[in-house]
Amino acid sequence: MEFGPHLILATLEGAVTAAVLALTAVGLSLVFGVMRVVNIAHGEFYMLGAVIAWYVAQMVGGHPALGFVAALVIAPLVVGVLAAAADVTILKRIEYDPERTIVATIGLLYIIQQLTLMTYGPEARPVEAPFNTRVELPWFDWFETLFGMAQPWGWSITSYKLFVIFAAGAVLCGVWAMMARTKIGLLMRATQADRDMALAFGIPVERVYALVFGIGAALAALGAVLIVPIQQAHYLMGVEPLLLAFIVVIIGGLGSLPGTVLAALFIGLSDGIISVFFSPTLAKILATLLVGLVLVFRPQGLFGTRTA
Amino acid sequence: MTNQKKATSRRGALKTLAGAAAGAASLPLWARYAQAQSSEPIKIGFQQHSTGIGAAYGRWYGRTTEAAVKLINDGGGINGRMIELIAEDDGTDPKRGAEVVEKFANQHGCDVGFGTLFSHVVIGSAPRAGELKLPYFVVSEGHHVASGMLNRYTLQPGITDVKSQVQAMAPYVSENLGKKVTMIFPDFAFGHDHRDFFSAAIKEQGGEVLEQIAIPPSETSFTKYFPQIPRDTEVLYHVMVGPAVLTFVKELGEFFGDQGPEIFGFIDSLEAVDISSPGLEFLEGTYFWEGMPRYAQEDQSEHEKFYREAVGVDENGASVNDPSDVSTYAHMFGCWETLHVIKAGMEASGYAGPLDRAKLIEAVEAMGEMPESQAHPQGAKRFNGKTHQVFGHQHISRVENGRLVRVHTTSIDDTLYPDEVDYTTQPL
Repeated sequence: MEFGPHLILATLEGAVTAAVLALTAVGLSLVFGVMRVVNIAHGEFYMLGAVIAWYVAQMVGGHPALGFVAALVIAPLVVGVLAAAADVTILKRIEYDPERTIVATIGLLYIIQQLTLMTYGPEARPVEAPFNTRVELPWFDWFETLFGMAQPWGWSITSYKLFVIFAAGAVLCGVWAMMARTKIGLLMRATQADRDMALAFGIPVERVYALVFGIGAALAALGAVLIVPIQQAHYLMGVEPLLLAFIVVIIGGLGSLPGTVLAALFIGLSDGIISVFFSPTLAKILATLLVGLVLVFRPQGLFGTRTA
Repeated sequence: MTNQKKATSRRGALKTLAGAAAGAASLPLWARYAQAQSSEPIKIGFQQHSTGIGAAYGRWYGRTTEAAVKLINDGGGINGRMIELIAEDDGTDPKRGAEVVEKFANQHGCDVGFGTLFSHVVIGSAPRAGELKLPYFVVSEGHHVASGMLNRYTLQPGITDVKSQVQAMAPYVSENLGKKVTMIFPDFAFGHDHRDFFSAAIKEQGGEVLEQIAIPPSETSFTKYFPQIPRDTEVLYHVMVGPAVLTFVKELGEFFGDQGPEIFGFIDSLEAVDISSPGLEFLEGTYFWEGMPRYAQEDQSEHEKFYREAVGVDENGASVNDPSDVSTYAHMFGCWETLHVIKAGMEASGYAGPLDRAKLIEAVEAMGEMPESQAHPQGAKRFNGKTHQVFGHQHISRVENGRLVRVHTTSIDDTLYPDEVDYTTQPL
């Protein structure tokens, strides 16, 4: 394929990856920033979002859009409540001790994964997209000696993929507005800045923690609901997003939301472009290499602030 | 638990006695002697891909195997002994595969191991089966058995291998679809068989492979691979496995729209997937290899009809209980046929217990022609005792009105190639 169309196609594919990755990684970053909890089970909340989306779409029936919209509301809500419950029943009991929370969330990962396997089963199941038309992209070029427009095969994207990119952008703006403009955002930022001081000022830190853990998981679930019409709901689908989300969060700086979004864009786009021009494996190798370099030369991440 | 299982009820004992008596009456003298030694069940260890990337196949391999075991047991079992199936999940993982084989031999005391599909699991498990001298009957399609890579204890008597399949497909592809081919295949042993043997076979037909695109079997999004397809491709050859095959085919359709080259696929890309799923309309008019036609064809044989009913598959290739639960019809007959080969081998060798395992191997090696029958509903087969590989007819189907309609069947001779190994020279 010619270089120009090839590049734009790669960028669009990368943008879809980046959009979903940004949602997942922002959830992870939020949880770490406010609670200092490294949530290994984050990928499983993502997977739960997709699986619940499938159940909801099955139950609603009718036009695919109905099921999808219902899933878009219900799945993040259910996953958020589940995560908040896990926070109150597990993480709170071990007093958010860094080492023990890692072990606890690893346990949570296996419990969620195996319960899904036992109930939902090992199959990959599709959720139908609410709309999915093939959008042909025109390409202008010199054909022999004539300048004109052509539509070579492969030169297209679907309307749903474009929607995913915009929807993720909108949700991220919403998260930013919540953090910057609302009272709950203020409470979260206060807790992040200094937990003890926040407690002294009468901020219900424990409730903020449960809320943050819930919101973080809900963001992952939302990303999964967006992706499930493109891919399929499968009990092992949480593994790769978890790895990628960690890569993104480390590069962007744990706890820094703008850094996370920028890193997600960078990793997602480079994954798309390197995959198309070279190989998907090389894309993963380079991303991991970048993590290594960041950890060595700038451990706080590109946008993080150094903490003691 | 264990005690409960072993406890004999009066009714159970009567049943076993009746079955054993009926079986013994129809047997030659030496077999009756064997029967006198033991009426314990014959334990067949079923290495099942219940989870992992092979789960859809595992589910249907399970149903087919259970149906075949029921048929054999209802008919009096093997040498008058009932089959007891011991299924273990290997997670479609080579390491766990080898552990499962060990469990069969050492813990469960199985007579044989059986049923593995994914080639990397077979390659990971077979050496252990060889060391433990456990006859290991795989249903895998990979060329690893006939290539000589494995050992004398590993046999593939119920399903043909990729090399013979693609060799038989290449003439049809080059004559009817085109000579410039781009291949998309999963990046593990099974896909590499496709890559190597189809490239060679199409070259022999005067064609060429323009590009070979390998995709990891655990991949979940595929569009990023498709721009590598060269513009002058005449035929796109695709074969894919794993949980994301539906995404693969859908994205292929979105990529090409209503343009693009001719498409020839192995049904693996669509096993357990409904062809009428939204987004797959572009498959209309494209071609597929099928080991056994998923949709009941007009000239369906009585044996196939019987088989279809016994396994519980409707005429569209889906479960009779749930039309959305589509089977892996092109492959799973291999379990049925392999179990019948095990039965025939045990009967021919007078198999009485694990000490007779070597005799069982020799008996199966001595098999040659297997006519189409209830035991071989996919069609006649020819077993090569030296390479431990069976050969059979292959089918090409075309998607017409959302159904796969068979347009070509190869002869067994089309699928033969020179031996690459003689396992019978290896010690038992």
